[in-house]
Amino acid sequence: MSLTPDEVKKIAHLARINVIEEDILPYAKQLSRILAFIEQMNTVDTATIEPLAHPLDLAQPLRSDRITETDLRSKFQKIAPEVEAGLYLVPKVIDEA
Amino acid sequence: MHTKTLAELAQALQTKTISSVELTQHYLARIKKYDAQLNSFITVTGDAALNSAALADKQRAENNAGPLTGIPIAQKDIFCTDGTKTSCGSKMLDNFIAPYDATVIQKFNQAGTVMLGKTNMDEFAMGSSNENSFYGPVANPWDLTCVPGGSSGGSTAAIAAGLAPGATGTDTGGSIRQPAALCGISGLKPTYGRVSRYGMVAFASSLDQGGPLAKSAEDLALLLNVMAGFDPRDSTSVNQAVPDYTQTLNQSVEGLRIGLPKEYFTADLNPQMAQLIENAIKVYEKLGAKIQQINLPHTALSAPAYYVIAPAECSSNLARYDGVRYGYRCANPKDLEDMYKRTRTEGFGSEVKRRIMIGTYALSAGYFDAYYLKAQKIRRLICNDFATAFKSVDVILSPSTPTPAFKKGEKANDPISMYLSDIYTIATNLAGLPALSIPAGFVQHLPVGLQLIGNFFAEDLLLNVAHQYQQVTNWHRVMPEAYQS
Repeated sequence: MSLTPDEVKKIAHLARINVIEEDILPYAKQLSRILAFIEQMNTVDTATIEPLAHPLDLAQPLRSDRITETDLRSKFQKIAPEVEAGLYLVPKVIDEA
Repeated sequence: MHTKTLAELAQALQTKTISSVELTQHYLARIKKYDAQLNSFITVTGDAALNSAALADKQRAENNAGPLTGIPIAQKDIFCTDGTKTSCGSKMLDNFIAPYDATVIQKFNQAGTVMLGKTNMDEFAMGSSNENSFYGPVANPWDLTCVPGGSSGGSTAAIAAGLAPGATGTDTGGSIRQPAALCGISGLKPTYGRVSRYGMVAFASSLDQGGPLAKSAEDLALLLNVMAGFDPRDSTSVNQAVPDYTQTLNQSVEGLRIGLPKEYFTADLNPQMAQLIENAIKVYEKLGAKIQQINLPHTALSAPAYYVIAPAECSSNLARYDGVRYGYRCANPKDLEDMYKRTRTEGFGSEVKRRIMIGTYALSAGYFDAYYLKAQKIRRLICNDFATAFKSVDVILSPSTPTPAFKKGEKANDPISMYLSDIYTIATNLAGLPALSIPAGFVQHLPVGLQLIGNFFAEDLLLNVAHQYQQVTNWHRVMPEAYQS
């Protein structure tokens, strides 16, 4: 599998990462080499094999629905890039029209 | 003092031949003297360490001390520490003061240990050489021109140079065992679920596992006693009783069945290292163990499967770094999308971005079955290989790495060759099994690691088998000459 420059741009956008124009081709080559390495997986037939997500095949533990955490909002917001009146600030998303 | 093992230091504290304050001052002085050349710490918490040491001495005077009260240790900078920077080796978290303690940190605090500081690491634990840190590479104390391994290379270099008697690490594909091997110390990756991941910055959640690093297997047992245990705050933590790992260290290995996987002794293995592993096998034979060949037929597929699963999970986990709630945010974003993109582009290093890109691709529409699902099926095959092997053997013995420490820069521009430095360690993460690395000799002046892999929750047996080797060999006591005095 070889990635085209357009595919690299698409993946970068999905990952919300900028790749500058002159890095697109080197990136495409490097990622394609890694994909070729990964595709060694295709040397074995796995049609009948169940995928394994958790090595111990455990069920998710359940707990009762009770409040166990205390309110730490002000502590958490102390390390935020920008807050106002207890809210996290980001650039404007909705235009005033 | 720094030539002693953690167990010996604990003994000295207990008999009051030394105080925790003296011990802490000694290690802080060594960090000050040597760490400019090693770069093994990102943050040194000297004042807080001396305060905890004084408290530990008081507890000991009041006969209110546990086995490790007053022991100084270093924490990998991936564990959240309330009030202290937790950078994970990344510019993204350079300004991140964790608002809470990881469970592992809480447990160490309860045990009365003294935190010397937070150790350097590959960014977000992605790397095998510690060259991917925002804070610069770590040097190997055995040869400053060589890498210490990674990603827990700060912790392993600090222990090897006697800047800390023990430390924590995390292991997603070998990040405890590979740097332990390259720095000539002992390190254990526990069974997946044995140590809580709560407050441990996530890389690949189905593989990540925290564990101890120290000079000897006995030291590892003491540290694992503190770290291990069920944690309701980590949904993958396993609710199983924790034995006292020091109690079984002295059992005989007479009759123990040791398996040698044929696939781990191939042409990739440095021949002088193969000889050292051969010598270790002879030591075990002399101790009464029975050696037999085994097969792990899907070994060659573990690295390809790993480099799908780990990047896929990393791309998902690292989506949280968006510049909104904590961590780095780019300057003057023109809109939300620009903020996300420039924050991530400027905040992540190149290897992290590479893995996010691979993972994003593997999980994107139309490719999920071909990559992630396929890799999970391979994962099942690898797990089955081990299950079959453990029907006929008790532990599996192999080299920890294919080569000793390599030069800084040697593999920096070749991701695949870097990925292959973990070929002997990756499979155990995929299978969730415990494994450790202990020193087994030197090739020229560089240390070589011996890996022992056990069945699920067989940490006690692994530590016992490693300890028995260390009772009749001295490799774990050898320190690099420049750091002995």
